[in-house]
Amino acid sequence: MAVTTGRSRQPRRAASAHAPAPAAHAPTAREPRFAGGSAVIEFRGVEKRYDVGAIGLDQATFSVSPGEFVFLVGSTGSGKSTVMRLLIKELEPTAGSIEVAGRELAEITHKRVPYYRRNIGVVFQDFKLLPNRTVYDNVAYALQVTGGSRKDIRAKVPDILRLTGLSTKLHNYPDQLSGGEQQRVAIARAFVNHPPLLLADEPTGNLDPSTSIGIMQLLYRINRTGTTVLVATHDHAMVNKMRRRVIELAKGRIVRDEATGLYTRDESTREFAARLRSDTPEAPEIW
Amino acid sequence: MRLGFFLREAMRSLRRNAAPSFAALATILLTMLVVGVFIPIVQATTGAANDVRKRVLVDVYMKTDASQVDLDRVRELLTGTPNVKHVEFVSKAQALAQQQKRDPAAFKLLASNPLPDTFRLTPQNPDDVLKIKSTLAPTGAAGGAPVPVDSSIDEVSDKKQDTTKILEVTRFVKLMAATLAALLIAASIFLIANTIRLSLYARRREVEVMKLVGATDWFIRWPFVIEGIVVGALGTLLAVLLLAIGKIAIIDPLANDFALIAAPQTIGFPVLIAVMMAAGIAISAIGSGLSLRRFLRV
Repeated sequence: MAVTTGRSRQPRRAASAHAPAPAAHAPTAREPRFAGGSAVIEFRGVEKRYDVGAIGLDQATFSVSPGEFVFLVGSTGSGKSTVMRLLIKELEPTAGSIEVAGRELAEITHKRVPYYRRNIGVVFQDFKLLPNRTVYDNVAYALQVTGGSRKDIRAKVPDILRLTGLSTKLHNYPDQLSGGEQQRVAIARAFVNHPPLLLADEPTGNLDPSTSIGIMQLLYRINRTGTTVLVATHDHAMVNKMRRRVIELAKGRIVRDEATGLYTRDESTREFAARLRSDTPEAPEIW
Repeated sequence: MRLGFFLREAMRSLRRNAAPSFAALATILLTMLVVGVFIPIVQATTGAANDVRKRVLVDVYMKTDASQVDLDRVRELLTGTPNVKHVEFVSKAQALAQQQKRDPAAFKLLASNPLPDTFRLTPQNPDDVLKIKSTLAPTGAAGGAPVPVDSSIDEVSDKKQDTTKILEVTRFVKLMAATLAALLIAASIFLIANTIRLSLYARRREVEVMKLVGATDWFIRWPFVIEGIVVGALGTLLAVLLLAIGKIAIIDPLANDFALIAAPQTIGFPVLIAVMMAAGIAISAIGSGLSLRRFLRV
């Protein structure tokens, strides 16, 4: 690595092997992190069959530790989105159990689902921004939902927008932004509550490669604050360059779980970006 | 704080979705206009019909030689007859006076009073007229002419032809009015429900996103309900204004000439406004809240 200055700028975390303490960067006091449990996500023999007979997920078992950055890869229809939708409890599994931070999802009543979702940031391929709100209001909505005070909103929203590089676009509407900017807004909204878990379903699916790198960089930066990040994608090149844990799905089955250890844990965002931009992957081709 | 937020949200979506909001407003306006016009019309019609029905009476003519004793006995008898609500006695002299007023020239030619003493019976219900008649003058055993129950009664008259016609016509009019009102209410509800559904359908993505961010159902619903209230109130207000203009410009000048318009049973204008306001606001608020349910299942 040529660039080293970034290390001194980023506050360094004690390099614990694979599970850095999620509390390293203090979240808001009001929104407690998931407590206890060794895994953030725990899938045990999860099966999802759709009414039409299609198989969404077949005996999927895996677990994700706090602070991990995990890629979920596979071709279209392999079950990536099913995993995401199961995690936000938009779908119910046909069989098996899903635990998030030690909490069994099946036990969360319909009424409690909104409160559960506030602990998870979600980013989608199609951004899912509210079209009739400005950038600022889109992000603020995530706080208003939780009953955040106006003062709280005024303090947090500009902060997160600065982090995502949108300070100059506060009062633009989504249709006045580029795809990459819209995705940054979506990420800002997902992260403004400092959720312990961030899900991204094809976050770069609609974006060109250089914009995608920026988005990945942002997700990595978020990961470095201790947030567990799960990214579904079919962008193989990107995954190869990132060198993070990879779970590959095919026809609803987990066919590969390239576990941890292949990548260097502590890497500054700048180094990370530099590596992503380089054309020759430094890691051996693992596909 | 919460209420303020919901209000601002509602206003924002009204502003940002001007076209669907306007469509909803126009729908409420038209519906309420129609309702506002039809409530008084239906009422006036029913009132007029009821008025006519009140004129259905049974006259009991006494024989001209009936004595005061006979009169008292018959009055007793009539008062005790079932279905009779009210018994009014019209003496010979009174009857003559009434007729003279109506046609002075004809009665001047008469030397004596040819009119009998009369008991005028008001039935409990106009439809009971025929029952009363058959009680007081049952048809003879051989199927001949009806024989009155008291010897001093000359004839029991129900003005059969008039009565039947009045009852038939008024029943038809009332039925028509009721059917029309029912159809109108059904049409209004469908129209408003459809408009709300359309404008919500356009925003189902928005609702989906709100749910994904972790908004509770009521957090999403309140702004929509408030929006419904605002649209309902504005639409009804405009309808009321138009009605008021119509009333002052057209109805009031004509009221003196047409009995139907001046019918006293018609609902008062302030009450009408209140009813319309309540209906307009309630329908659009509840409609918005309920229609949202389908989209909240995410």
